[in-house]
Amino acid sequence: MNANIKTLDERQDFIVCNKKDNRAIKCDKNSLEGSVSQRACVYCGARVVLNPITDAVHIVHGPIGCASYTWDIRGSLSSGEETYRNSFSTDLREDDIIFGGEKKLAAAIDEITEKNRPKAVFVYSTCVVGVIGDDLEAVCRIASEKHGINVIPVQSTGFAGNKAMGYRAACEALMRLMETENAHSPDVTRAAKQPEGNLINILGDFNLAGEIWIIKNYLREIGIDVVSKITGDSTIEEIRKAPAASFNIIQCAGSMGYLGKLMKEKYGLPFIKISFIGVEDTVKSMLRIAMMTKNPEIIEKAEEFTEEQASITEFQLGKYRDRLRGKRAAAYVGGGFKAVSLIKQLKDLDIKPVLIGTQTGKKEDYDNIRELTDEGTIIVDDSNPTELEHFIKTQKADFLIGGVKERPLAYKLGIGFCDHNHERKHPLCGFEGAVNFAKEVDASVNSPVWRHIRTKI
Amino acid sequence: MKNKRNFTNLNVNPCKMCMPMGAAIAFKGIENAMMLLHGSQGCSTYIRRHMARHYNEPIDVASSSLSEKGTVYGGAANLKNGLKNVIRLYDPKIIGIATTCLAETIGENIDMIIREFIEEENLNDRHFVPVSTPGYGATQFEGYFQAVRKIIEYLTEETKPNNSINIIVPNITPAEVRFIKDVLKEYEVEYNLIPDFSETLDAPFAYSFSKIPPGGSSFSNIKRAAGARATVEISKLADKAVSPGEYLNDTYKVPLYRCSIPIGLQNNDEFLRILSEVTGREIPDRFAKERGRMLDAMIDSHKYNSEIRAAIFGEPESVYAASRMCLENGILPALISTGSKTSRLQSLLQKQEEMNNLHETPVIIDDTDFETIRELVKQLDVNLLIGHSDGKFITERDGIPLVRYGFPVNDRIGSQRIMFAGYEGSTRFLDLLTNTYLDRKYTTYRNRIYAKYAS
Ligand code: SF4
Repeated sequence: MNANIKTLDERQDFIVCNKKDNRAIKCDKNSLEGSVSQRACVYCGARVVLNPITDAVHIVHGPIGCASYTWDIRGSLSSGEETYRNSFSTDLREDDIIFGGEKKLAAAIDEITEKNRPKAVFVYSTCVVGVIGDDLEAVCRIASEKHGINVIPVQSTGFAGNKAMGYRAACEALMRLMETENAHSPDVTRAAKQPEGNLINILGDFNLAGEIWIIKNYLREIGIDVVSKITGDSTIEEIRKAPAASFNIIQCAGSMGYLGKLMKEKYGLPFIKISFIGVEDTVKSMLRIAMMTKNPEIIEKAEEFTEEQASITEFQLGKYRDRLRGKRAAAYVGGGFKAVSLIKQLKDLDIKPVLIGTQTGKKEDYDNIRELTDEGTIIVDDSNPTELEHFIKTQKADFLIGGVKERPLAYKLGIGFCDHNHERKHPLCGFEGAVNFAKEVDASVNSPVWRHIRTKI
Repeated sequence: MKNKRNFTNLNVNPCKMCMPMGAAIAFKGIENAMMLLHGSQGCSTYIRRHMARHYNEPIDVASSSLSEKGTVYGGAANLKNGLKNVIRLYDPKIIGIATTCLAETIGENIDMIIREFIEEENLNDRHFVPVSTPGYGATQFEGYFQAVRKIIEYLTEETKPNNSINIIVPNITPAEVRFIKDVLKEYEVEYNLIPDFSETLDAPFAYSFSKIPPGGSSFSNIKRAAGARATVEISKLADKAVSPGEYLNDTYKVPLYRCSIPIGLQNNDEFLRILSEVTGREIPDRFAKERGRMLDAMIDSHKYNSEIRAAIFGEPESVYAASRMCLENGILPALISTGSKTSRLQSLLQKQEEMNNLHETPVIIDDTDFETIRELVKQLDVNLLIGHSDGKFITERDGIPLVRYGFPVNDRIGSQRIMFAGYEGSTRFLDLLTNTYLDRKYTTYRNRIYAKYAS
């Protein structure tokens, strides 16, 4: 074991020291009990994917905690309704656990549909529901018929796998939504006949701090229109129309790759995986999207647009690059695709990635990560505070990129931090995002506080 | 009294969290302790995330990461392995094992599993404290006291009487716990303060970071509690069944005094009176001056305060303390609410003298949600919100300012340092309430009056 750390034996296979040991990295497994994994659960995976659908009611069928901790969990913005920012829970109590929660759930759906007339209802199952055996399918089917709206069960029982399973459950729920007869409204068929193929869906962007709007604006610049945003700032109606697009672009492949596959099978929609994190990937993605349309005009526009934007951004990044050159970065993020983009972005800023980890990365993500990082970079799957602390120290990281739970750890270790998670309030995607990222890293890494914490009275 | 919630079958925007969250906070206040949640991975991650945002401290809580297999065939193997790994990684002297909804529903026999584990691994030098905290059973408020009580139940035994006093603290901020310790120092009394998260959840920056931060109630102190002179339990709302002080009283005959969080004039008076009684010492001089300054402040702001119509929400204990402070200052607590189930809030507040002399009777409601609170806030024409951060959603929609108080305050910096206890802290709290109200009044009154009389 080259990584040389006193962690648990069972964890050793999940850690590699790049290009020094050539073992395959173990990943995509259940978390090790007692290791203090940073992962959430199946339900959480499903909820974060579906929650940004703005006009849906999201009912968490379970005890209160699950709903409480995920109320308004994503900082996704809406251009219209705000229904999604409420947390609905059946708030199961002891009696419901003993006698079953189906009746309460049915009554809950009735109550909310009668009162609020939502466009659709998603019903999430949680751990307990999986055990007491409530028949979500049946309850939802009956409610659907009764109210004439989509009431879609999301099979997200918490213990049945990890967060990635929740992504799958969410993708399945989205497919159901598309499969309703509404998908063949006149609107959609008209759209489907557009020959140029410049109508697309964006999958896997959740409109954190308005990111999907930024991407949409870019696409408009080159003559591409978005049929359906999935799921950032989306509506039920909009998602139903998705099959009418010419192709899908998938931003967060970890969560939405599966939907892309399903839509391809069912509706014949091709997809490409893209990323708008960092200048390099943004440019590449724009060009690839343009190529997909086979429309010379669009391609030309894309070339012009990206060239212009990249040079403006390049100019803005210049001053940060000087301040960041040679810094050492640790990153612990959710999905593998994001990690890959981040590495490129870091390198573009002349920052050295020394520790890269993900919660739910797949083998191919790790292959890419290995490819892109230097010898000696530590790569870790489903890590925990002990390992992160150890590697941050031994790898002499100057800052950590991560989420809320990782932030205090970075600070206690006396290094900078960049928040790359749900709750941030500024966009990190596209050209402006690249500048924001550099600015944030600079603000943290080059803050005067680090000098003072090394002083004594 | 109207329904407790607008929706009968739905909790819309919860004003509560689940029991294991409370247990996690309690265990952070014990020296060299770690907590493992027996259940699926998600619960512990959520709780860590929530706590990390409030305390701005790394919060490590382990999970037995139950999977499908463990759920169907029982989670003993997961739990034992989880404990083993926690010991290897953290080397704690005490491990709290709190159950989640899942573990409770599949009917895990935790006590037995732990007994087996201790035997198999030959681990007599470590303590394992199982706490039953089904998320569906109650809220973080009860979970907290339940855990404190279990810790005491597990670690105490009949012992020689000693001169110390026990202080049981509720879910207040680390800074407030430090304040209480300061007060005890003034009394020059030996004490056992349980749980003590004043250092562990607000650790000073140090170059040598330790995964289990130093501090917390020590074993010897907890053990000594059984022979203490008295217990002062800073909670009037905790039910007898989960009250640690009641346990010490029932089991070891340690006399029990219960008081509210020392926030507000009367609550501070009571707290000091009780301390004087149990220690046999006069109230230290320092407090006379601080009290006098608070009185001065109360006079300064009383007329403004009479214009405030407050809605108070959060855990029963903090809601009670704030309500009492509002009442004594002529702030109308138009809505007094909590997501926990309790009849005590109502009965205790009814005893409050000012309640008889109000223009309007406050609405007191328990087991409620924010959907209901928001509607009542509108109906009752509330102009100031007092409670934890989730109230921000009312501010955002209806523009009513929120004074952040209670748990969690997770959208602002420095929540671990909020200090509203004592006469000085209460004065600061009171000023903050008044000024938050004034800020809104002064920025809007010109337009309001113009609209009313001149447009
Ligand atoms: S309510 Fe139950 S299942 Fe949900 S987070 Fe709390 S303990 Fe876990």
